[in-house]
Amino acid sequence: MTTVLEVSGLTLDFRQDGRNLRVLDGVSFRVEAGRTLAIVGESGCGKSVTSLAVMGLLPGTARVGGAIRLGGRELTALSAEERRMLRGGEMAMIFQEPMTSLNPAFTAGEQVAEALRLHQGLDQGAAFAEAVRMLDRVRIPDAARRARQYPHQLSGGMRQRVMIAMALACRPRLLIADEPTTALDVTVQAQILSLLDEMKRETGTAVILVTHDLGVVADHADEVAVMYAGRIAEQAAAATLFASPEHPYTAGLLGAAPGEGARGERLASIEGTVPDLRNPPPGCRFAPRCPFAVVRCHNEAPPLAEVAPGHVSACWRAPLDGVLAAA
Amino acid sequence: MSASTAPTALPAAESPTRRAIKRFLRHRLAVFGLVVVVLFVAVAILAPLIAPYDPLQTSWSRIRKPPSFDHWMGTDENGRDVLSRVIWGARASMMAGVISVLGALAIGVPLGLLAGLAGGWVDAVISRVADAMLSVPFLILAIALAAFLGPALENAMIAIAVTASPVFVRLSRGMALDAKATDWIEAARALGNPPWRTAFVHVLPNIVPPLLVQASLAIAEAIIAEAALSFLGLGMQPPNPSWGSMLNSSQRFLTQAPWLSIFPGVTIMIVVLAFNLMGDGLRDALDPRADKT
Repeated sequence: MTTVLEVSGLTLDFRQDGRNLRVLDGVSFRVEAGRTLAIVGESGCGKSVTSLAVMGLLPGTARVGGAIRLGGRELTALSAEERRMLRGGEMAMIFQEPMTSLNPAFTAGEQVAEALRLHQGLDQGAAFAEAVRMLDRVRIPDAARRARQYPHQLSGGMRQRVMIAMALACRPRLLIADEPTTALDVTVQAQILSLLDEMKRETGTAVILVTHDLGVVADHADEVAVMYAGRIAEQAAAATLFASPEHPYTAGLLGAAPGEGARGERLASIEGTVPDLRNPPPGCRFAPRCPFAVVRCHNEAPPLAEVAPGHVSACWRAPLDGVLAAA
Repeated sequence: MSASTAPTALPAAESPTRRAIKRFLRHRLAVFGLVVVVLFVAVAILAPLIAPYDPLQTSWSRIRKPPSFDHWMGTDENGRDVLSRVIWGARASMMAGVISVLGALAIGVPLGLLAGLAGGWVDAVISRVADAMLSVPFLILAIALAAFLGPALENAMIAIAVTASPVFVRLSRGMALDAKATDWIEAARALGNPPWRTAFVHVLPNIVPPLLVQASLAIAEAIIAEAALSFLGLGMQPPNPSWGSMLNSSQRFLTQAPWLSIFPGVTIMIVVLAFNLMGDGLRDALDPRADKT
């Protein structure tokens, strides 16, 4: 298995009102070809800025530290121009809002063709023909005619398919999907996600799936990284993570997800709110909300430690078996 | 056709441009404006063919004759045919209107896009200069510039272009700021578009409708400005005819030979009105809110 993307010790700082705001703090993960890594967490935990940092789409005021390697090449060392050439070519991204992510002034086909013209130097006719083939591959019925339609004439699901076609047109090695189905109907969601799975199998693209929907993670991810307040709390294979979470935050998230057993009962929730990043807690960032926190948790930040092969957790009390049983 | 009988039949793909044209054509006054504009453009182009006399030919025997069958708009203080001069004057006016507004677009739109998309100090510098220019009344600034450049039609056009450009800077900057906040700009960047391409290939087509409306209204203003500059002797130079310079030389004979003022004056009014009607029609036709229906 070849590693496509390796992120290690990624930090991200913004200056705000003369003070430093550390949005990401030592984020590390890797994605392999043909596999899906899900990045999960609440709003504001840093999962979207992580994907923007990998793409190089953050505003100039952001300061990125650490290493981002795509196929062994260090991206943070590249010039802005070199980063730009990678976008849409070797790495592509699809966004949350298919309704507004397409340019209203161009047809669907033109927008897919643009990726090919930018990165493969195809002329207009060849690019458009290839775009129609791409639209057909993302299962858009009557692709030749749809290619000549404008975004306002397409449904949300159709537009997200166009976005996927744009992203995959140049056969990227890495595809980042930032909450690709949040804005869609549930039935369309399932179609789009299984399309992503199919495309991943066909092309061997590595996928980062950013989401807050654990149901999506269970069905479509191979690996899961759980983020909390700018750090990775836990990372494991999807099946392992669901079967035996080793971070209280993950356990809390799983408890808060609507499942089969709890019909009619109130869903569990995690007490408290995400900490203010301008003034983060000195120890474990989840400690103020953690039902299992001990004194050490409030004073010392726990490192990511391996609790089982391929399963890391940033918790002083992991493994949690005994702790959960006692609770 | 199988497509029309299929249960999933859709309305044929229709570009936004085509729908805008349809809406424009339903607007009677706007179509009237367009017809008049086209008519005057044709007159300007065909002036040598349709003018009944040489506009520069003087005649001592026909000084300040009122309109007659031979001279529909009468003759001026040098015995020249007023109709022929109005026809040739359309060239100066239409050229001044169209070329100076094209110039204003060429100056204003790139600067506006740059200001809106780059932001920061670039935006601050461009916007403050534009604001400073807008704080001076349009005609005063145009007169000052034209006087500085020297009296000639070309210089008048340059002066009008420069003076009219801040409006386009502001308009395109505002539209670029709107566009910058959209998801499709982010998507365009994620696709690897270089900044200049994002500005001209992605943003520009989306701001064409308001620019078009503003441009058609600006042409009306530019025609008035050219007439005003020529009236003041800063535009078209005698003996070449322009509506403004005709008004200038006719003011001395306002009571004895009113036709010398009335015809060029009314012509200016009609053309300016036509451009304004056309602009209003364009505004309605290109309104993005109407696009959703």
